[in-house]
Amino acid sequence: MAGRETAIEQVVEMNELLEVQGIGKRFRGLLAVDDVSFRIPQGSIFAVIGPNGAGKTTLFNMIAGVIAPDRGRISLDGARIDGRRPDEICRRGIGRTFQLVRPFLGLSVEDNVMIGAMLQRPDLRAARRHAHDVLERVDLVGKRAQIASALTLPDRKRLEVARALATDPKLLLLDEVMAGMRPAETDRMVSILTELNRGTGLTILLIEHVMRAVMALAGRVLVLHHGAAIAEGPPGAVMREPAVVQSYLGAEAIA
Amino acid sequence: MQFVFAGASGRAWVLLAILLAVLCAAPWLAGDYLLTVLITILYLAYVGQAWNVMMGFAGQLSLGHAIYVGLGAYAAAVLYVDFGIAPWIGILAAIAIAAACGALIGYLAFRFGVGGVYFAILTIAFAEFARIGFDHFGWVGGSAGFFLPVANYARNDLWNLRGNPTMFYYVMLALTAAGFALCHALLRSRTGYYWQAIREDEEAARSLGINTFRYKMIAVVISGAMTAVAGVFFAFYYNNLFPEQVFHISRSIEIILGPIIGGIGAPFGPIIGAFLLTGASELMQNVLIAIGFDVPGAKQVFYGVALLLVVIVLPGGVWPWLAARLRLSKS
Amino acid sequence: MPASIYFNVIISGVLTGLVYGLMALGLSVIFGVVRVVNFAHGEMMAIAMYLAIVLFNTLGVDPLVLVIPLAGVLFVLGYALQAGIINPFISRPEYSQFILLVAIAIIITNVLLIIFGPDARSVQTSYSFDSFAISPVIVDATKVYAGAGTILIAAVLFAFFRFAPAGKAIRACADNYTGALVVGLDVKRLYALTFGIGAACVGAAGSMMVLLIDVTPALGPAYTLLAFIIVITGGLGSMPGALLGGVLIGLTEALAGLFFTPSAKSMFSFGLLVLVLLLRPQGLLARKT
Repeated sequence: MAGRETAIEQVVEMNELLEVQGIGKRFRGLLAVDDVSFRIPQGSIFAVIGPNGAGKTTLFNMIAGVIAPDRGRISLDGARIDGRRPDEICRRGIGRTFQLVRPFLGLSVEDNVMIGAMLQRPDLRAARRHAHDVLERVDLVGKRAQIASALTLPDRKRLEVARALATDPKLLLLDEVMAGMRPAETDRMVSILTELNRGTGLTILLIEHVMRAVMALAGRVLVLHHGAAIAEGPPGAVMREPAVVQSYLGAEAIA
Repeated sequence: MQFVFAGASGRAWVLLAILLAVLCAAPWLAGDYLLTVLITILYLAYVGQAWNVMMGFAGQLSLGHAIYVGLGAYAAAVLYVDFGIAPWIGILAAIAIAAACGALIGYLAFRFGVGGVYFAILTIAFAEFARIGFDHFGWVGGSAGFFLPVANYARNDLWNLRGNPTMFYYVMLALTAAGFALCHALLRSRTGYYWQAIREDEEAARSLGINTFRYKMIAVVISGAMTAVAGVFFAFYYNNLFPEQVFHISRSIEIILGPIIGGIGAPFGPIIGAFLLTGASELMQNVLIAIGFDVPGAKQVFYGVALLLVVIVLPGGVWPWLAARLRLSKS
Repeated sequence: MPASIYFNVIISGVLTGLVYGLMALGLSVIFGVVRVVNFAHGEMMAIAMYLAIVLFNTLGVDPLVLVIPLAGVLFVLGYALQAGIINPFISRPEYSQFILLVAIAIIITNVLLIIFGPDARSVQTSYSFDSFAISPVIVDATKVYAGAGTILIAAVLFAFFRFAPAGKAIRACADNYTGALVVGLDVKRLYALTFGIGAACVGAAGSMMVLLIDVTPALGPAYTLLAFIIVITGGLGSMPGALLGGVLIGLTEALAGLFFTPSAKSMFSFGLLVLVLLLRPQGLLARKT
């Protein structure tokens, strides 16, 4: 492989944090993801969008290790991660949130984030300190003693982000994190994520439906339709492409 | 579940210290009968704690915990009677065997994704397998039983656990206190937090880098090993072992009654549960004898009704309710 | 040993296994639809068996004749249990449900112990010692009747779930709880109906089982475990699977009793359980979900 690339491509490759090559997944006759490839450079924010049933969740789950791809490779920082277990993938540097938010409801906000922090910090005091820091960054530190079940949905979403962040990930995967939030709350989340990306260089991959957030956050967007990639590029350009417009309109016409 | 894992307030520790002091003084205050009741309470509190590690901490329901009691009991008893090895050394063998058994059950269950009700059935099956197996295990007496030489009360031999009830009482008290301290320490460690995470949401726990298989195994092995130590005590206190009794499902049910009534998850739960349950059942038994209705099965019906009431009315157990009332928890 | 002994043992095991299967069928139906783990299943069978014995001894009614009435009695019991006590527990954590039913099981077993004492009881009918001889095989008449009864009942049940409106509604609940609610099915009532049907299976199986074995209060827990082993082996939610599982277990026990000591026969059932849990946890005949 290496011999065939030019020097420039090699340099570019060194900055790729996540590389997805020819990923495919079939579920008993349904081709959920069809030969999808893309690269996410270190420090960027990348969004995957598409109508319902486009294969976004399946793609997400393959990167997060929940399911294994039938074909293709996924590499993080040059090392292959496809087919690995979710906990191994987290240890290698990927943090994730869940589409239907899943904090540890019986535990306090602080404990939730501490558990994330313990991955890299076995010492409990260090973990607690780090949890505090992370909670400050998502603006939840005032509620750290509250029990997670007492939080509103937007707060739970931020808690989940904090918990994933506490594992010191290189790449943060967000699964429709803006869903179900009002515009003001969405804006708050957008500003938190923007700050994280600019301040710490955190690379972010978002699956998103809420275009407001996609336009505000993403440097680059990939559009999926029926499992295949139909467009990739900066958000403004991609949203104007006829194929993309067609896919959304088509989906809405049927729905 | 909030109170379950919250720290205990200063009040709770004071009460605990008082309780400990009273228990230490018990042999002077209590008569023989009450002392044996207290030994039973402490025994149930301890095994309840041990079971709690698996269920309350790691969320795995075991309905066959008697297997660890039995394995520990037989291991130490055989080493003592056939090889003259003192029970304090025998404990090491008991722990090793129970840990291996727990590891086997855990491995079979977790590697193959057996959870929830299937896991519970698996544990019952293993205990039954042991019961029938030991019934046919001639070398340790089979169904006819295995016997230790009866103790000579005149002299207390702590090293060989031969002595009068008072000695056994202090041994059991020390064991229960140690078990409590261990559970408390475990809950506060990284392992304890990881267990709570697994218990709350295993998939979310995995997404945070937690190797859930490993931590579930640790819970099962520790739980089994702790229970086996109780088995050693059981053998030397009762001096006889019958597979039909030691491995029977009633033993397994007895073990879970304390924690369920008292409250799963908090180290205080099994202790309160043991006190309440044994206290109430002894009381009830005396009442039944007084009215002439002391028949086999009456005590078990009482246990069943108590369990039913607790699970319907106070599903979290007595401890969370009590702790809230008396403000015994930091929240 | 002559081959005929093997045949006898095998046929005997299969027929007994069919009755086990009917009992387990009830459990499969209950768990498959209501998703409640009925830890009191074997205990319900013990109730049915004791009832059969009492009715036989007092009224002289043959257990085979009691199959329908006892099924009816157990149906009412199951319905009341689900509607009255268990329904509120559907939304509670899983272990809460287990404990609830474990408590009920403990109560039933020990109440039976108090009423009937620990000694084994059985039924002696006019045909208890009859047998059919179809060379080279000799089979107990009781087992043949029990086996035939089971197949008949299973067929009726199968038809019910396939063709009757209530049966189809129950299957809808099992397949899709929320969907059933949306369509307006009274799910709680259907759950109670299902539990009743499951209990009725147990009632029928119980009244046939008294012809085959003696009953003690300790039978309850043993048969609960057996029912679970059968259902897990055959596949939860699969009715033919429950029957197949029952037959397999009946066979295993019969053959184990032949080659090893009879008292060790359950060890082989447990061995089978562990194998199934590891290799094919969805059971042998389960539908693929």
